[in-house]
Amino acid sequence: MQNAWFYIGLFLIVAIVIPVAPLLISWWVAPKKPNPIKKSTYECGIETVGDSWIQFKAQYYVFALVYLVFDVETVFLFPWALTLDKLPLFVVLEGVLFILILVSGLVYAWRKGMLEWM
Amino acid sequence: MTFWGDPINFIAGWLRNVLMGWGMGSALTNVFISLLGILVLVVVALVLDIFLVWVERKVVARFQDRFGPNRVGPFGLIQPFADIIKLIIKEDITPEGADKVVYNIAPVLAATSVIILWAILPIASTIIAVDLNVALLYLVAAGALGTLAIIMAGWSSNNKYALLGAFRMVANMISYEVPMVVALLIPVIITGTMSVKGITEYQSGIWIVFLAPLAAVIFTISAIAELGRAPFDLNEAESEIVSGFNIEYTGMKFGWFYASELLHSFTFGGFIAVLFFGGWQVPLLMADGFHFGSSVVALGGIVVTLLQVASFLVKSMIGYWIIMWVKYSMPRIRIDQMLAFNWKFLTPLSLGMLIITAIMDKLLAPTNFYVLGMFLSNVILAWITIEILRKVGHRQRKVEEAALQPVVEVVHH
Repeated sequence: MQNAWFYIGLFLIVAIVIPVAPLLISWWVAPKKPNPIKKSTYECGIETVGDSWIQFKAQYYVFALVYLVFDVETVFLFPWALTLDKLPLFVVLEGVLFILILVSGLVYAWRKGMLEWM
Repeated sequence: MTFWGDPINFIAGWLRNVLMGWGMGSALTNVFISLLGILVLVVVALVLDIFLVWVERKVVARFQDRFGPNRVGPFGLIQPFADIIKLIIKEDITPEGADKVVYNIAPVLAATSVIILWAILPIASTIIAVDLNVALLYLVAAGALGTLAIIMAGWSSNNKYALLGAFRMVANMISYEVPMVVALLIPVIITGTMSVKGITEYQSGIWIVFLAPLAAVIFTISAIAELGRAPFDLNEAESEIVSGFNIEYTGMKFGWFYASELLHSFTFGGFIAVLFFGGWQVPLLMADGFHFGSSVVALGGIVVTLLQVASFLVKSMIGYWIIMWVKYSMPRIRIDQMLAFNWKFLTPLSLGMLIITAIMDKLLAPTNFYVLGMFLSNVILAWITIEILRKVGHRQRKVEEAALQPVVEVVHH
């Protein structure tokens, strides 16, 4: 029970129960009068045109890929940053070298035009 | 241990005696008391959230040279309560074709992802819900849950606008996670610990904002982008996609999206205060009173705790005020400008700052020039960045001016 993650688990349970409570009260108290016009999809007051699941712009995927590389890099940088004061200078420089390799990856993506919006 | 000395532990001890006197096992008693404490903290956070709705509406009104709500109760203080009651009794319209399960889970997840952040927020030196030793990693992970809630809301609403808003918002939020996490690594390098309690206790010497001002600025900008507040609020660009991902939500579900955005802003204001501005540290205040040089003004435990809580709240409100100030002063920027700003400016800048901070921290730690050296290295980096930006902007302006030169026409008679 001294484990901190147990209390995080309790927090998670409370944090899930508390937002559900007003939703349950609302489900109990609020009127329920559905009709087809109310339930139709909103498009600025006109009839919807075309499928609502539109085409996915591929550039979002490219940005997600670039983000993935840097996210994994930051995960690797966390232990390096934590133990920086206990390690000699050359380990700091090795970490810097790791960051520079990934920065060169960013420069490559930049020059290749992967960071453009179109 | 008296009540005034350490009120929380006193009440916990008293409750434990009562419950074990009734025959409850020791482990179950601990769980029950922890649950009670967590409930109290979450209820306090949510009441604060309601107060924040009032603050937000009054502040935006004053920015726009009007009064804001002032009819309901004195100064409009009862207005948010009236709003909550109105939202609860409104009809819950689920659009046809919406994915019911995901549609209903999304607002709950949005609210949950903000409430669980309060587990690691240090409110005073003796008041912290959970003293995690990987608190900053937990902060990043819990923030990612909010992103998930938005894409769930946008996808399941069966609405083009919601989907567009959700896509843009998610591209925004994941992009700005990189400079945010890198800026979070700077206090970790300086203090050598990931726990927010350790970082706050380190700042009894000097606030981290004086050691790494550029990190504070980058963290603030990335936090504002993570929150989805203006100028990065593409998910609710009212003039463009009419309320974005929460377009099909009514009643309390919409209420939870709105309330969780405000509470998230305040929580990030709190994290800016904790990580960079000392959190609950009051200058010259130690555990037993003010220390002016060699003389000690002794204060009781409860007064010290109250001063620390007040310091935390004041600093968080100032952080929240800065976030609101930016929101109501700046126009919204386009998605490509936003992504270019992140990937072409903030990410290289934050990685460069990380490299310089790591090297300077290692070189200067044993010397006397630590504070001055770190501060100067940040200032020099900021100056170099501004010079580079100036040259790039200059060159771009020259190109645009050359394109606008009137074409010399040869006139034939």
